[in-house]
Amino acid sequence: MEQKKLAIIATKGTLDWAYPPFILASTAAALGYETQVFFTFYGLQLLKKDLSDLQVSPIGNPGMPMKMPFGPDWFQDINWNIPNIVQTNVPGFEALATSLMKKTIAKNGVATIPELRSLCQEAEVEFIACQMTVDLFGFEHSDFISEGVEYGGAATQRQRLLFLEGGH
Amino acid sequence: MADFDDELDASGLNCPLPILRAKKALGGMDAGKVLHIIATDPGSVKDFEAFAKQTGNELLESAEEGGKFHFYMKKV
Repeated sequence: MEQKKLAIIATKGTLDWAYPPFILASTAAALGYETQVFFTFYGLQLLKKDLSDLQVSPIGNPGMPMKMPFGPDWFQDINWNIPNIVQTNVPGFEALATSLMKKTIAKNGVATIPELRSLCQEAEVEFIACQMTVDLFGFEHSDFISEGVEYGGAATQRQRLLFLEGGH
Repeated sequence: MADFDDELDASGLNCPLPILRAKKALGGMDAGKVLHIIATDPGSVKDFEAFAKQTGNELLESAEEGGKFHFYMKKV
């Protein structure tokens, strides 16, 4: 049987957007796909040694439900419609939203990002960090996890995409 | 209930953890052995069907009982 391959591009560096690439990559690897994730722009944050800085921002994110992870059911069902002007002016609003999101994640038995990332590595998902954006943002290789990360350019990724497009 | 050789309790875990744990458990088993997986994530029903199809492992049985999902997966 021909080896199935999958390439995923991670471009976002927030707690919420960290989930899709890691979930898809770990699952694809479990299904027997040779999987590669290309981290570019803000997606580089997902390769940092310390992932505790990842935040979620409800500002400019109208699709994000604002619900409380505690209290009686009727209270948890309320979708708080908080105007942007309040969100931007209340100090620590993002930190609060992040902490509520983390509580919701834990309560629902959803894996944490560090957990999903190590599951990807265990399953031999290849991580490629975009060298151009590493330079652009002034990051150092020492900011990132050292194991299982390669540095490359679009061509490193392109090769795999061509494989995909070629139906291999 | 079918016979099985190993058991994995993935209750309370959400997508994609039951699949990842199952993959790991199957990795440590011999071909022909059966893994009994218990999950509470309703999404796992479709996921284990897809997992079996993609990996070639055989899904012998998939059943729901009292809010828990039971899967019997035979390793190829």
